[in-house]
Amino acid sequence: MELMVAIFVGVLTGTGIYLMLRARTFDLVLGLTLLSYAVNLLIFVMGRLTVGRPPILDGSQAPVLANYADPLPQALVLTAIVISFAMTALLLVIALVARAETDSDHVDGEEPR
Amino acid sequence: MNWPHWIVVPVVLPLLAGAACLLFERRAANVARALSIGTTFVLLGVALHLASAAASGSVHAYLLGNWKAPFGIALALDRLSALMLVLTAVVAIASVLYARGGGARGAHDAQGLHYHALFQFQLMGLNGAFLTADLFNLFVFFEVLLIASYGLLLHGGGAARLKAAIHYVGFNLAGSALFLVAVALLYGITGTLNMADLAQRVAALGPEQAALVRAAALLLIVVFGVKAALLPLYFWLPDTYRAASAPVAALFAIMTKVGVYCVARVTTLIFGDDAGVAVDVADPWLPWLAIGTLALAALGTLAAVRLRTLVSYLVIASAGTLLLAIGLGSAATLSAALFYLVNSTLVAAALFLLVDSIASGRGEADDAMIPAPLAYRAAYGVLFFVFALEAAGLPPMGGFIGKALLLRATTDLPLMAATWAALLLSGLGMMIAVARAGSTVFWKAADANRAQTAAARPARIERLAIGWLTVAMLLVVLNAGPMTRYAESTAAQLLDRRAYVDAVLGAQPVPPAWTPREGMKKP
Repeated sequence: MELMVAIFVGVLTGTGIYLMLRARTFDLVLGLTLLSYAVNLLIFVMGRLTVGRPPILDGSQAPVLANYADPLPQALVLTAIVISFAMTALLLVIALVARAETDSDHVDGEEPR
Repeated sequence: MNWPHWIVVPVVLPLLAGAACLLFERRAANVARALSIGTTFVLLGVALHLASAAASGSVHAYLLGNWKAPFGIALALDRLSALMLVLTAVVAIASVLYARGGGARGAHDAQGLHYHALFQFQLMGLNGAFLTADLFNLFVFFEVLLIASYGLLLHGGGAARLKAAIHYVGFNLAGSALFLVAVALLYGITGTLNMADLAQRVAALGPEQAALVRAAALLLIVVFGVKAALLPLYFWLPDTYRAASAPVAALFAIMTKVGVYCVARVTTLIFGDDAGVAVDVADPWLPWLAIGTLALAALGTLAAVRLRTLVSYLVIASAGTLLLAIGLGSAATLSAALFYLVNSTLVAAALFLLVDSIASGRGEADDAMIPAPLAYRAAYGVLFFVFALEAAGLPPMGGFIGKALLLRATTDLPLMAATWAALLLSGLGMMIAVARAGSTVFWKAADANRAQTAAARPARIERLAIGWLTVAMLLVVLNAGPMTRYAESTAAQLLDRRAYVDAVLGAQPVPPAWTPREGMKKP
């Protein structure tokens, strides 16, 4: 499972960076979104992958990480998702206004010569 | 500090003030404005109070939500944090006052909505970043100050600002992603995000973790380098700072220093001299990249054809000098850096305001380096001369003292030759650049005619803002002795990570005055 998630993180990061480098505002937004997915997955994995274990100490098992899922990365991911969501919305608005104002969707506001 | 909650006031106060500004700004813009200005002055008072508390040399920790560190988020106040808080408040006062000015084009803060709310949120992010002792919390405060800065940068609109904003926002979002990667890696390796706890656990890591933790550390430095404008990562800065309105650019002068502050914090606390496998992880990179930054920034000042671009490159040069001093990493270079930091921030903010004031009286010529009729040539010229001396690091101003301290501190270091060459040559380049700019704009220009002079008269509040920063700079020079001693003790405190770790991890939660469970049992 670790390998699969690692490959996902790599592919998402690679596509994200490729899209960001295309220098079009919409591609930039998509690229940053994919990059943030990759980052969220990575944070999540950093709490170690566990299946079917509760994140809350219920007293039924010894309080060690082998018996429980680490709840902290889940909280971190939640924060990161909210922030990247808000930032993406903001960037979309800026991109739309820039498209209207400069009549170009290039990140420099004009077509490269 | 009799009242333990003083530490959190610099974060909470701007948050409340910003929210209140949102309430008032449509119905009573004057109330919002007065609230914002008043809050900024109160923040200076709070910062000075905290600085006097930190001056004793002890590290004060504050447990948010009364959770014991490292389980909850802790704030920590030491001399460096207090210094940064005071500096932020001083620059913010000049910025918020200047925002009332703006000449014929109308006040800077009236060219769109939400100026003062965004301004206060930016202050909240800055103060929080200086105070926090938690890496993820630092990320959150970074985002707070960034999202406010996006709004402030775009304030007033215009194609140039939009273009700069796309670069700035996109670049910083990518930087935030890297920040999260670094944080996640550090959490995955050490299982903690509290900086004091990280300092202990990184030092105790085995060699099998060395590659990963060093990669995470360098990623962090990269992220802070984006903020601080380190060599391959500064290309967003000149366009952004040039496009922003003057009071915003002045406030942004402190924003680059957030990156410098974070580099100083993590390279001394977490990845310092006794960090086990991650010992001095930035040392092979930081000085050389900083020297490169200095060299290119000096070339940038020479190549600038607009005054705002010139000042932007001066900001980059100051960041390069600071990162060089921090990268060298001895107590003496650190204290020189801290002394230089105060001056370079003040002068960058003052120059942005002054250049805007000059440009608004020059009509079409704006801030281009061409001779154009200029009102109040003598007054502007003298001010520009003083600020230029400060920025280029010439006596008798504080920039010179900072650089001289740094030069003296490097005499017995292996990188001495490169450091001296970089500092002196870049200083020469900047001196030529500002001298050329000054002679073109002030000497070759004619006096403006009477009508232009009357129209170009800067508002009283603009003069007040520039005067405030000038007085602050002069105070630093006149108190160079006490300031140097403060910088030296700050550097000593930074390198003594034991005190920081003990203060943060040793902070005890306050016993509850009333527990709801107990209280509910009794009728």
